[in-house]
Amino acid sequence: MSKVLVIAEHNGTALNQSTAKCVACAKQIEGAEVDVAVFAASASSIAAEAAEISGVDRVLVLEREENDPAIAAVLAPQIAALASGYSHVFGPSTAFGKDVMPRVAALLGVNQISDIMRVEGTYRFRRPIYAGNAILTVEAPAEATVVATVRTASYQAADGGNTAAIENVSADAELPTHTRFVGVQTGQSDRPDLQTAAKVVSGGRALGSADNFGLIYKLADKLGAAIGSSRAAVDAGYVPPETQVGQTGQIIAPDLYIAIGISGAIQHITGIKDAGTIVAINKDEEAPIFEVSDIGLVGDLFNIVPELTDALN
Amino acid sequence: MEKILVGLKRVVDYNVRVQVKRDGSGVETDGVKMSINPFDEIALEEALRIRERGEASEVIVVSIGSAESQQQLRTGLAMGADRAILVETDTSTDPLTAARIFKTIIDRENAELVILGKQAIDDDNSQTGQMLAAIWGRPQATFASEVSFDGNTARVTREVDIGLETIEIDLPAVITVDLRLNEPRYVKLPDIMKAKKKPLDQLSFAELGVEPAPGIKELAFEPPEARQRGIMVEDVAGLVAALKDKGLV
Ligand SMILES: Cc1cc2nc3c(=O)[nH]c(=O)nc-3n(C[C@H](O)[C@H](O)[C@H](O)COP(=O)(O)OP(=O)(O)OC[C@H]3O[C@@H](n4cnc5c(N)ncnc54)[C@H](O)[C@@H]3O)c2cc1C
Repeated sequence: MSKVLVIAEHNGTALNQSTAKCVACAKQIEGAEVDVAVFAASASSIAAEAAEISGVDRVLVLEREENDPAIAAVLAPQIAALASGYSHVFGPSTAFGKDVMPRVAALLGVNQISDIMRVEGTYRFRRPIYAGNAILTVEAPAEATVVATVRTASYQAADGGNTAAIENVSADAELPTHTRFVGVQTGQSDRPDLQTAAKVVSGGRALGSADNFGLIYKLADKLGAAIGSSRAAVDAGYVPPETQVGQTGQIIAPDLYIAIGISGAIQHITGIKDAGTIVAINKDEEAPIFEVSDIGLVGDLFNIVPELTDALN
Repeated sequence: MEKILVGLKRVVDYNVRVQVKRDGSGVETDGVKMSINPFDEIALEEALRIRERGEASEVIVVSIGSAESQQQLRTGLAMGADRAILVETDTSTDPLTAARIFKTIIDRENAELVILGKQAIDDDNSQTGQMLAAIWGRPQATFASEVSFDGNTARVTREVDIGLETIEIDLPAVITVDLRLNEPRYVKLPDIMKAKKKPLDQLSFAELGVEPAPGIKELAFEPPEARQRGIMVEDVAGLVAALKDKGLV
């Protein structure tokens, strides 16, 4: 029988929604038993949240000072030690999971399956390659532990309402001191979070300046939307890097995505393929973004966006 | 530090619209433009800047791939790398095996820093750097957008989902780079001529004594489900109406 260990992602106090998405993916493996492991300095509130995720059998708590903030080189040997007894170890395909999971895989002597978008069987999965321009079906060897990351945009978070058992466990591992956390700088505002927002308003190079991005913020505020951007807008310094959507930014699946002054390069599109409705506003009717948008409007954003913001009163 | 190793992978150029072969056996690469993985170019640029600041003495570019990967290595030499190593293989190499190869080269060369791209844009795996750090038992600083050194430690700013995280790592170490770390230099014609004289060694898996890792089988390639082109609206009123229609506003 399959036993899946899901590595919880959290910020030290609260669970990240990516964890419930990993559980949803893990539950697609037939007959799988799913445990969630919480590595933290102080885990009680996080573990309580994890215990509510439907489909979770047990929440394993590994409390150690060194586990907060999360450092891949510190977590990986503990995860690898805990992995024995599990057929699969899953983490989210977020910056956290992408950092730590391959390190776990290497310690276990296996390759990783990155970005599972669909479970086809116990060892068989589908994943995107070439920025989503091809979908590859892969099969991991059955005799080894399957280590994988889950493409969070492909899954709905598993429901709540569960009361899984919470157990303290320990992992026998020597922890390195060669890697030290210094600090984190976050431009986070009280705006909705890009990963989980139902609506996202995204601006591109065409905005031309950080000041002009104010137009995007105003529309987003009207809609209660999160802010997204293209790489060109980030590189130009109009918006902070954590707003970037795409192959090398965030992969998201909001109900509504409004792309404003974004041409629609494949590296950008790959970040929004699973969005419900894509709206494109661009002055070039030939822009590739229109090939994937559900509603398109050709015109100058500097006229359209203020008008749209007003019209939504 | 003495030596920096940089990985250069030959991949389908990022501007190419990749097509899946009819029989599902792979993607079309015949007659398709091939380039250095864009992240690897940034890795090399960073290594060159470190050497130019006098913080390292030699930059070695390494590629694992077909004989044609020599083109990418020559480009790397033209950018300014001192030497190149090609580990030749006709089949694609999985990340763990690639990490094992890098580890043997680290040992042979006594390298103190390895800089790799955070992912290759063909497989989009994003694994090799982390795996190398694991089997080497050394720090990893992934998704780097700023790197500086102070003696035997490096300070690295990383692009993470909530913003920018800074960590400090002891050398030797592995750094994987993100797009905003730097802008790679252009290669000038005289540099291409000079690069022809720089050493390019070829090694085989057998010479390195590397055991391939248990592979993940690639069963079938398919094109993605295409999104349908939707409707065009004339004006803002039309847009608002269409959004209301879908219950989105
Ligand atoms: C390895 C790699 C990874 C990458 N990863 C990403 C990624 O994760 N995310 C990402 O976004 N990109 C990524 N890119 C970059 C990508 O290829 C494009 O360069 C980028 O997405 C372009 O951003 P843009 O659409 O804002 O700018 P542009 O392509 O310059 O498009 C600007 C658009 O604005 C329109 N416009 C101009 N003025 C107006 C106006 N007044 N009103 C309305 N429309 C107007 C133009 O018609 C044009 O379509 C990556 C590239 C590489 C090589």
